[in-house]
Amino acid sequence: MHLPAWRFGTPYESLERETLVHFLTGEPVAEVSQVGGGIVGRDLKKADRARAALLAIDPEEIVERLQTAGNLYANGTVTVGGEPQSPEQFVKCQSATTGLPESLCRANMQKNMFVLSNLDRILDALSRGLDPAILWAGYGVEQRGVTVSYQPQSPVLGLVLPSNSPGVHTLWLPVVALGIGLVMKPGSQEPWTPYRMAAAMVEAGIPPEAISLYPGATDVGAAVLGGCGRSMIFGSAKTVEQYRGNSRVQVHGPGFSKIILGDDCVDDWEQYLDVMAESVAINSGRGCINASAIYASRHTEAIADALAARLGPIEVRPPDDPEAKLAAFTIPGAAKAIWSQIEGLLEAAGVTHATAPFGERFVEGERCGWLRPVVARAASPEPEIVRAEYMFPFVTVVECPQERMLECIGPTLVGTAVTENEAFQRQMIDCTHIDRLNLGPIPTTKLDWLQPHEGNIIDFLYRSRALQVAAPVAATA
Amino acid sequence: MATAPSAEQQPAFDVASPEQVATARAALDAHTVETVAWHFHESTGCPFWLEYAKSLPFNPLTDVRCFDDLKKFPPFEDEWLRGGPIRRWVPKGLADQPVYVFETGGTTGIPKSRYNSRDFRTDYEMFSETLPEEFFPKGANWLMLGPSGPRRLRLSIEHLAQYRGGICFCVDLDPRWVIKLIQKGWMEHLEAYKQHCIDQAITILEAGHEIRCMFTTPKLLEALALALEKKGTTIREAGITGIFSGGTEFTPQWTRFAVEELLDGAYLTPTYGNTLMGLAASRPVVAADGYTIAYYAPQPRAVIEVVDFDDPDAVVPYGETGRVRLTTLTKETFIPGFLERDEGERERPYAAYPWDGISGVRPFRKLAAATTVGVY
Repeated sequence: MHLPAWRFGTPYESLERETLVHFLTGEPVAEVSQVGGGIVGRDLKKADRARAALLAIDPEEIVERLQTAGNLYANGTVTVGGEPQSPEQFVKCQSATTGLPESLCRANMQKNMFVLSNLDRILDALSRGLDPAILWAGYGVEQRGVTVSYQPQSPVLGLVLPSNSPGVHTLWLPVVALGIGLVMKPGSQEPWTPYRMAAAMVEAGIPPEAISLYPGATDVGAAVLGGCGRSMIFGSAKTVEQYRGNSRVQVHGPGFSKIILGDDCVDDWEQYLDVMAESVAINSGRGCINASAIYASRHTEAIADALAARLGPIEVRPPDDPEAKLAAFTIPGAAKAIWSQIEGLLEAAGVTHATAPFGERFVEGERCGWLRPVVARAASPEPEIVRAEYMFPFVTVVECPQERMLECIGPTLVGTAVTENEAFQRQMIDCTHIDRLNLGPIPTTKLDWLQPHEGNIIDFLYRSRALQVAAPVAATA
Repeated sequence: MATAPSAEQQPAFDVASPEQVATARAALDAHTVETVAWHFHESTGCPFWLEYAKSLPFNPLTDVRCFDDLKKFPPFEDEWLRGGPIRRWVPKGLADQPVYVFETGGTTGIPKSRYNSRDFRTDYEMFSETLPEEFFPKGANWLMLGPSGPRRLRLSIEHLAQYRGGICFCVDLDPRWVIKLIQKGWMEHLEAYKQHCIDQAITILEAGHEIRCMFTTPKLLEALALALEKKGTTIREAGITGIFSGGTEFTPQWTRFAVEELLDGAYLTPTYGNTLMGLAASRPVVAADGYTIAYYAPQPRAVIEVVDFDDPDAVVPYGETGRVRLTTLTKETFIPGFLERDEGERERPYAAYPWDGISGVRPFRKLAAATTVGVY
């Protein structure tokens, strides 16, 4: 199979191609055309046409077509790379090049379909009930009789997508329904979701000229970020730091999500073990919404041991095993390097390794590696391991007095606060370094799609501004 | 030695005949003997080689009888080129000539230096003969949009323009600063610096200087074409008819993109070169040849060999991948068997350049991870 670039609806076969191989066998899975940043820069000069093509269609019709696309994506056979691709073939391909178990690929498909199927409700919630016709016209009068205007900050959204986390695609799925085109640089090992989603959208009637796919090297990413008025990039803490303060770029990096057990609930910690285990380990712990630390003022050894007993025995299984829960690290040497780093962190004073009794954590394959779940316990918030996050089930149970927790936790994408103490809840509500707040024992990984994630996508793409229209001059007799 | 390709492998270019190859090889052998004699003779050689010869287990004056005899020399270590005194490289026979120093690398630490008196002029005069008059008309003015400073490009391009009867206008770019910007992740500064260079180039092109020819790098050419397109014009409409360019990011795909979408009919000729070797011209880059970019060294003054990664004395078969080994054989400079930081595929001799070429030049895989390429 060959995946060509897709230049606002026109397939483009590059002379340079990257071969994607199966992470276990090394067998070729697909060839992907590689383009350069210059092609992106040149095409983006015509980005206005992408939005114009979308605005030519009624916004409600767009939503209906996207719902159809969601169904096609999850259940239909669509044409990808010139060949028909069934959902099962998609799952096989995605698993083969990312190392993700097939069961997790299927789960991510369902998540993406859920977002598209519920797009009308999600858009209504994110836009606070705004009539989508107002986004199409640029202004209009709300039900309360007030004129409002929303100005698009870019005709297209640039997306520099990751290779290792198919779950993130839910973030950009609503964009087309907002009248904004898509300019995507697919992840080098995970082109599958963007390509299949684009194919499903086009088959469902979304104008092809509203979508671009530019596989390539880092200069393509730079061209996307430099050329689009608004972009999203997924990357490391270093990437986050690089684009901090750049209003044109929304950066999605490590989440450092956490569970905080309040003093009023911590003695009942066993009741929350399911929530903790799910938060750490679901989706192979790959997401920024997976918990990487659990804070409690007491019982931390018991909590760590119980979590270790739950997660420690999880074994590496073949990707097509329905019970497989662990994704492989497909970059040679990556798993070993990460494990070496963790071993160093575990040696610090006050740190214990709760999963040690459950066998070796690093599993070496012929062409890849795995890391089995790691539960550590830290006697205080000081050791470096407390602030570590990795792309596998990894968590540190941190002993910390409740009154110091909020100053110690640091940036937190999802914070689950298990407490009924209203004063502590209030502090949490006001804490600006917690992005998504769950009050009560809700897994950090359970997202309410009707609420914004790391900022409201509509506020990112549109600027609410003033627009006044002069009253028509009355005709004289 | 080139062999005639079978019918199904018929290349899309004019392969040199065995007679052409043999003639060129004989000339190389003779030139090698003459050059070694110059560099190792007490009356003409440079202090470095005269001193080095004392440590050799053979006598270069008598034991080098053909090009292959240069394998008797241990590999040339480019570290020898760092630091001074630069005069240790100046042959006694040229001691009265003006000395230029050209540097390569140098973002951090002491750069490598090559002494020059007239070589850069000779190299570019030879290269001038490869430029088609239709696109690089004699008497035309040039724009040099690229690295100057301690590099030889600025002087070389200016000499090329003057040699062809034209005047050269220059816009500077400091590649060492560009590499630092990339390493620091200051991408906005990088973009601003690029724009600063492009703004100057457009100002010159619009100032009535009747510029027809240009040297620039692929990245800057791309940026210039896009900037002109934004202004509603093109490279060709700005008056440029011929462009010569260089760099390892000169891939077939990039060239195809440039030809199909950026140049508006202007002629593009890729080159491969560096301070040590000089300038390798390419055979014509055409769609029928898959936009293959194949370079041929300016033999006999310089030789490119594509050698086995583990055995640098063994040339790989045609079409196979190997590391670039350079040999420089001028009266100013003798560099035997220097292993470059690039790799590529060995190409058959071309009729106009009846010796081995190289295509697909890219950073040597074992060094690529630590190399910042495509910076300007």
